[in-house]
Amino acid sequence: MNKTKKIKLPLKKSEIEKLAAGDEVLLSGVIYTARDQAHKRLSEAIKDNKTLPVNLKGALIYYCGPTPAREGEVIGSCGPTTSSRMDSFVPLLLKAGLKGMIGKGMRSEEVRQVIKRHKAVYFLAYSGCGALLSTFVKKAELVAYPDLGTEAIYKLAVQEFPVIVGIDAYGNDLYPVRDNC
Amino acid sequence: MRDISVNLITTTVVALSIQANTDLREDVLGELKKAYRKESEKRPKQILRELLKNAEIAAERQLAVCQDTGMPVVFVELGQDIHISGGDFNEAINRGITLGYVKGYLRASIVNDPLKRNKPGYSPAVIHIDIVKGNRLMITVSPKGFGCENKSQLMMFKPTAGISDIKNFIIEAIKSAGPDACPPYVLGVGIGGTADYACLLAKKALLRPIGRKGSKLEGELLTRINRLKIGPMGLGGKATCLGVNIETYPTHIAGLPVCVNISCHALRSATKTL
Repeated sequence: MNKTKKIKLPLKKSEIEKLAAGDEVLLSGVIYTARDQAHKRLSEAIKDNKTLPVNLKGALIYYCGPTPAREGEVIGSCGPTTSSRMDSFVPLLLKAGLKGMIGKGMRSEEVRQVIKRHKAVYFLAYSGCGALLSTFVKKAELVAYPDLGTEAIYKLAVQEFPVIVGIDAYGNDLYPVRDNC
Repeated sequence: MRDISVNLITTTVVALSIQANTDLREDVLGELKKAYRKESEKRPKQILRELLKNAEIAAERQLAVCQDTGMPVVFVELGQDIHISGGDFNEAINRGITLGYVKGYLRASIVNDPLKRNKPGYSPAVIHIDIVKGNRLMITVSPKGFGCENKSQLMMFKPTAGISDIKNFIIEAIKSAGPDACPPYVLGVGIGGTADYACLLAKKALLRPIGRKGSKLEGELLTRINRLKIGPMGLGGKATCLGVNIETYPTHIAGLPVCVNISCHALRSATKTL
């Protein structure tokens, strides 16, 4: 296990290339929440050549549907949701410029390969730690699909948000023995 | 005949919804602490520390332990000498869930139409009612997150199946959940009854406190599951499973239903007896 790295977002190519599966990273800057239904809509918009509500170029998507914020608070509980449900959308989104994803759990072999092809990165966030992770979110702004409720896209400003590199730009996967699990 | 008003039921469910989602169960917290003490590897130990810190922050700030505040599952034991007055019993519970989820800043995760996937709301809950002797009313609210609910499995075994077949099925269910459903897990297993009843038993089994000395089968499964070394977040370690609870029921000569209901480490429920 290497020393914790600090990264300012947006992700730079040179920084992504230095990351290795298993590295602990603290992310600061902007990330966008999107989960199942938002992925479906983003993908449809890409396929229909429509303008996207967020600029995916170099962006980092967080698979998260937070609880509502209390008065005076930025956000509620906001841990990661299961990434594999978004697997089928990943090739298209990476092609559209997305550079990274934050979630929990394993990805498909196809996702591992496209991450390698596009020199992207997959981060793991502490799963089931929504209350703890909320303390690293400094701003939250609704940017698209308000009708989806918690599944809407939020722009989050995070400060030293802790993650672990799950799949690096070389296709190394932290979950090594797929067949075992 | 004792009279209980629907309003009392609603206010009780409001409080239980919030309590279940923000205050991790004592037994679960106890087992997480035990797992933390037992772990010697650096990474899993650190993750377990974060889980404990998360539970602390949640309780302190009355924040949901997990952003997936679940599909609310409500178990009711209704004494047969009780008369419910002032309105509809199921409505009273669902109103309590909605009001509790709004008051507690919990997440709206329920789509009314499972196929059309409309904007999510707070209710209805899944409600299980048992009529029992006496004049007490016991209500349990157990929010079930879907990261782990999605990993549930049902197998209709042949009646001639051996116990090793059943054990292997249970182990395989954990393996196929892998790191995805937020380990360390708690396992509810239902054996017997019908397909639907085995699943209900599996869910009910999760309500029983974990960490107590259980049956021989429960102990053996726990040991075998922890040998998988999936560990917290699936990144290795000693704690893959915090507890195995099994419930059984008589079944038919032609079958042997077994259901596995996996819970993430944030196993949540709160109970009150009126």
